[in-house]
Amino acid sequence: MSAAYPREVGAKEAEALHAQLDATWRTGTGFWDRLATVDHKIVGRRYIVTGFVFFVLAGILAVLMRLQLATPQSGLISADRYNQIFSMHGTTMMFLFAVPIMEAMGVYLVPLMCGTRNIAYPRLNAYSYWVYLFGGVMIWVAFLLNVGPETGWFSYVPLAGPEFSPGKRTDFWAQMITFTEVSALAVAAELIATILKQRAPGMTLARMPLFLWSILVTSVMILFAMPAVMLASSFLISDRLIGTHFYNPAEGGDPLLWQHLFWFFGHPEVYIIFVPALGMVSSIVATFAQRTIFAYPAMVMALIGNGLLAFGLWVHHMFATGLPRLGNSFYTSASMTIALPAGVQIFCWIATLWDGKPRFKAPLLFVLGFVVIFVLGGLTGVMLASVPLDLQLHDTYFVVAHFHYVLIGGAVFPLFGGFYYWFPKITGRMLSEKAGAWNFWLFFVGFNVAFFPMHILGLIGMPRRVYTYPAGLGWELWNRISTLGGLVIVVSVLIFIGNVTVSLRRGALAGDNPWDAATLEWATTSPPPSYNFAHIPVVTTREALWSEDRPVMEGLKSESREVLCTSVLDAEPDMRHASPKPSLWPLFTALATSAMFIGSIFHEWALVWGSLPIVVGLIGWLWPTTPPKRQLEAAT
Amino acid sequence: MKARVVGDVSMLPDGAFGSRTPIWWGLICFILIEGGGFALACGAYFFLMSHTEPWPPSRFPPDLPAGIAFTALLLLSEIPNVFTKRAEKAQDERATQLGLIAASFVGALLLAIRWFEFHSLNVRWDDNAYGSIVWALLFLHTVHLITDWADTVVLAVFTFTHEVDTNRFSDVADNSLYWHFVVIAWLPIYALIYWVPRLAG
Repeated sequence: MSAAYPREVGAKEAEALHAQLDATWRTGTGFWDRLATVDHKIVGRRYIVTGFVFFVLAGILAVLMRLQLATPQSGLISADRYNQIFSMHGTTMMFLFAVPIMEAMGVYLVPLMCGTRNIAYPRLNAYSYWVYLFGGVMIWVAFLLNVGPETGWFSYVPLAGPEFSPGKRTDFWAQMITFTEVSALAVAAELIATILKQRAPGMTLARMPLFLWSILVTSVMILFAMPAVMLASSFLISDRLIGTHFYNPAEGGDPLLWQHLFWFFGHPEVYIIFVPALGMVSSIVATFAQRTIFAYPAMVMALIGNGLLAFGLWVHHMFATGLPRLGNSFYTSASMTIALPAGVQIFCWIATLWDGKPRFKAPLLFVLGFVVIFVLGGLTGVMLASVPLDLQLHDTYFVVAHFHYVLIGGAVFPLFGGFYYWFPKITGRMLSEKAGAWNFWLFFVGFNVAFFPMHILGLIGMPRRVYTYPAGLGWELWNRISTLGGLVIVVSVLIFIGNVTVSLRRGALAGDNPWDAATLEWATTSPPPSYNFAHIPVVTTREALWSEDRPVMEGLKSESREVLCTSVLDAEPDMRHASPKPSLWPLFTALATSAMFIGSIFHEWALVWGSLPIVVGLIGWLWPTTPPKRQLEAAT
Repeated sequence: MKARVVGDVSMLPDGAFGSRTPIWWGLICFILIEGGGFALACGAYFFLMSHTEPWPPSRFPPDLPAGIAFTALLLLSEIPNVFTKRAEKAQDERATQLGLIAASFVGALLLAIRWFEFHSLNVRWDDNAYGSIVWALLFLHTVHLITDWADTVVLAVFTFTHEVDTNRFSDVADNSLYWHFVVIAWLPIYALIYWVPRLAG
């Protein structure tokens, strides 16, 4: 090709290119085609829907708990069932909803925001989804068969050890950890490689949208945090199944080892949920203020600061275990320090809105709700960081109120904002604004009615994780109000589901960029074509789509799957890279992995025999597609 | 809006080595994950050690011969590994095949010695917490040993049955990089299993 640049692409050329690219990248409509797909958009969509289903399931458990607690001495749910219900609620929300759905948004959006055709390691991506799905189904089937986890979402030993939790319940919990962490780690690696190597030419690190920064920080945190919980749960299951003594004080073990390992993961986990939400908030604020984010460098530093500080806080979950005093003081100050980067970001968003022309659509409403609720949760966090107060409030409903304010306020509100914001891109249709406003206000009011009374309940002494309480302690009224708030949230979520169902068919057509946003996912059609972009976009400013000029590059193959790799810092075009075709091997390998994990709950040697099919799967999966030598020789 | 084409990437190479490829970054992520797991397991070792007097409780540390033999051979295995890595970079097919076969044999021998290491620990995993953590460390490292050995064998077979292009040479180079990790990760674990009990006791 000897074309002189720049040149314009004619309509006929564009049409021919589309046909060719579509033939190369499209996922077929047959049953096996769907199972074999490696399209990040299809896998991402499945991830998001599955995560949302788990959110609803865990929400149903929350409602059951609220109904039980609405009256003293209620006989609705037995103590044993209640243990399983609150364990499943926390486990599902944290491991099957919050982390996976945040990563799922990354799986769908990151390649589009980078301007590339598919995620890095698309087959690993497919595998990670299947593993996540099978792990989630396993723990829910176990729960329905009355072998659900019973020792809380953090499964403290010795309660979760062989002595006090006999049977298989906690073993299922421990293997659920393995399933979800394998899938989370795989996605983290994909997202890191995609962000570092597949950004559009010209998208230097300094021009990267804040959402990409937030996903990068989150993914690096996952790499360092998740191995701790895998190690912890492996030690737990081996204590339970083959008689090791990691947590058994009688033989030199220590239950506190569990707490250290678990919270070394567990605290960063909270930020792994929260940091992507920050990225969503930044995307929404910039778009709906129609102004570039105020103090971008400070925002990036704050995200990185969040990520680093999150690893220095874990001991504040253990103030009540009798740590040395110096340790307490150190972790108190570290816990208060993390309020700084969060504060920086909140002031930057307010400044952006202040100086812009805010449009109060549903996504922005949820962001404003986030700011209010999260700040309240942050304040009780600063209170709990102080050891004397923590000792008083430890294991009371005050803590339950605090972490629901930070988690629902800090992650679920931005996530719903993100749903309203990106729904048009994913489906091609707008959600109803009117239903969105109802959805928001009922959620906001319902949330505060449900969770604010828990602060008071905690202060007047109601402990966490009790299945009932006697009358006459002054807890009845606040509990009843709280249950009422919970029911309002249910109505709000039902409105959301209805909104999605109706809008999928009858929503207004969105067009490429309905919100007039600045990032690259809006440069392609809604929903995007299987190959994402006909030409690779070139980026010259931080707000790529707010400049009149839309330069692109050509030259990637259209008859086979190729993506462009660029340099890590400056995103200079560097090489073309073949992107894998669809394959059933990831599904096979995920089934083999599941068989091994579940088998090992019942017999330790399943770990050995079960790994053989996985090896077969991996070889089939990674077997290169270059032709055998015999064929080449025959051809010459 | 019409697309304005400003450049052509078709002249760029379709394969490269090292940090220019996405797969290298995936490998680095994997090494960070595994390295983090090792570091935490070592931390758990010291945590448990601080609770137990004497260490080991039986006063019998693991016997040295198998561990020394394993460590020596593991260090020597870097010779075929570095040889293979250079052959890959030079894209020399014959030398790469040779290096991969040598590495496969050394790997098999290492696994055989590892069997004897498990038998010279002088403690069972279910005796006490000391036994549990020592077995855990050795088990964790063995899993990595097996993984990379299997990868080496598959790659070796592949170089005989299939055409070897830049991307395949690059795979082999990444395999060599991972072997460096398996070697380096062993050294602190070796010290913890064999020498810390002697020095502490």
